[in-house]
Amino acid sequence: MTPSAWDETTVRRVIDAHKERPGALLPILHALQTEFGHVPRGSVPLIAEALDRSRAEIHGVISFYPHFREQALGAHVLQICRGESCLAMGGEHLAEHAKERLGCEFHGTRADGAVTLEPVYCLGQCGCSPALQFDGEVYGRMTPARLDELLREKGLV
Amino acid sequence: MSVTVYVPRDSSALAVGAEALAEAIQREAAQRGVDLRLARNGSRGLFWLEPLVEVATPAGRIAYGPVRAQDVPELFDAGFLAGGAHPTRLGPIEQIPYLQRQQRLTCARIGLIDPLDLDDYLAHGGYRGLHRALEHAPEEIVAAITASGLRGRGGAAFPAGIKWNTVREAPGNVKYVVANADEGDSGSFADRLIMEGDPFALIEGMTIAALAVGATQGYIYLRVEYPHAHATLERALATAYRAGYLGADVAGSGKRFDLEVRLGAGAYVCGEETALLESLEGKRGMVRSKPPLPALRGLFGQPTLVNNVLTLATVPYILAEGAEAYQQLGAGRSRGTLPIQLAGNIARPGLIEQPFGISLREILYDYGGGSATGRPLRAVQVGGPLGAYVPAAHFDLPLDYEVFAAQGAVLGHGSIVAFDDTVDMARMARHALAFCAAESCGKCTPCRLGSTRGVEVMDDVLAGRQVETKLALLRDLGETMRLGSLCALGGMTPYPVLSALEHFPEDFTAAAARSRLG
Repeated sequence: MTPSAWDETTVRRVIDAHKERPGALLPILHALQTEFGHVPRGSVPLIAEALDRSRAEIHGVISFYPHFREQALGAHVLQICRGESCLAMGGEHLAEHAKERLGCEFHGTRADGAVTLEPVYCLGQCGCSPALQFDGEVYGRMTPARLDELLREKGLV
Repeated sequence: MSVTVYVPRDSSALAVGAEALAEAIQREAAQRGVDLRLARNGSRGLFWLEPLVEVATPAGRIAYGPVRAQDVPELFDAGFLAGGAHPTRLGPIEQIPYLQRQQRLTCARIGLIDPLDLDDYLAHGGYRGLHRALEHAPEEIVAAITASGLRGRGGAAFPAGIKWNTVREAPGNVKYVVANADEGDSGSFADRLIMEGDPFALIEGMTIAALAVGATQGYIYLRVEYPHAHATLERALATAYRAGYLGADVAGSGKRFDLEVRLGAGAYVCGEETALLESLEGKRGMVRSKPPLPALRGLFGQPTLVNNVLTLATVPYILAEGAEAYQQLGAGRSRGTLPIQLAGNIARPGLIEQPFGISLREILYDYGGGSATGRPLRAVQVGGPLGAYVPAAHFDLPLDYEVFAAQGAVLGHGSIVAFDDTVDMARMARHALAFCAAESCGKCTPCRLGSTRGVEVMDDVLAGRQVETKLALLRDLGETMRLGSLCALGGMTPYPVLSALEHFPEDFTAAAARSRLG
């Protein structure tokens, strides 16, 4: 996804497209994050107004869900599965390797802003453990060597 | 004549190279001028064989796997389009023992059909259940579900018929049917297999449920971690609407049922049905106190039927084949079949649908082939991250809700994650508490604080500090969480923690800490 810059017209258009749906807030937040790569801070008062809810409430919902974020992430996102099945197949080792390669911890972004590393509690790929997700694409039966290969393919090392 | 070749589009197959393989097959066929139809099926759930290719021959579908893209020219040379010999050839797919020995009812069509082809669904028994349902009054549909013995497959194992009847009898003009597709339990993937491999089964099951309880609107609450399932469901829903199976006049019955997908946002606790409803309403996924039951006051305060994907996807079978066909399978009060998900450190991970009563040992060794590493299996975690660890001494336990409960364990959603003898059970106990701390909604104190205090206690144990005192504290904390938490997240986190301590005390000693620290 290519995050776009703040643009109030777009934010209002997205909100208007969903605000009449029952339980509209999550669909709005998803649509904004798809559009901008994150939920821009400035959209909070606009959402609050459209849904007739307080800004604190909107912020509370955004901060509750790990998927929603108010800051842009790195250009790419690498998620390493932390589920038990992946741990049973060397997932811990894979996670340590990823941290070392990218020089950042979970929830951190590589110094050049190119990749953000995130933990994910299960990708549902337990039959091909350990698994990871890179920009929404899943990879199974991963090893540190295959991760290096993937990062090379993506031009990140 | 055109030959049909099946390459799964299931995300687990894609995760190990199925897309590149499909492209390679088409490219090679074009180069050789071979008339080939590439069909994209779901996965059979035989994951160690993925990517698994099937070729339709006069002798049935012949399987090859695992196949890499670079194997493709060689496969053409070997005449695989006619079922020719090759080192990856597995023979007729239905005769692979892992599959042949199963009784697939809920998962009968996964891997068999093109999940987005409604005609393929219809040709394999699809929508027979709905048509049967339309011949009956709502209370008769509910009676069939009750008679089948079907219990909620999401983990709580509550009798589905009782829940359906409560919603049916609840007063209210507006009622909802919600599919809990927030399959957050690690080790679980059966919901995903259904949604990616046979989405119309879920849609049909929800439509029957709506007819039975009098609902006109349905939601599939799907976790955002499943982008492939999302895409497949959206396409299947559009097809069902176009074909008149959803909307104002379901299959010409004059009854309305609308259905849409709503995405979660990474919160595990939203798999708990009341937190899920809060989330659907656009709020933080905070667990509600019960009563009132969601069946009486659920989504937007209206009577709401919430069932897991597997429960709903089993409904068409029960309506089509009759409650008796389902009820006659199983053990004790656990009737029918369970789609078991075998994963972790296991040679042959996959989906195994069998009647209740099969033992862990049969699953782990006859199907699973033992550990992937070749080392002895030491423990399995059954029922997701909140399920108990079961030691090798108990591998003869039959899969049966009541038998597991009597052992202080749970079947949950039917996942089994295997560990070999290199696993450090004290670390797994810490992992369970850290998971609870990360995912707690924060509403009740035992879960919110207990999980964090538990991590601290386990850090002391792992480091060998005051081990006996800390373990007494851990047991006490576990009891408080189990009895005092509002929902299963805090209430069941003690299961993996205390079962690990009970069955593997040697990993929780000062000596273990010393060897851990090297």
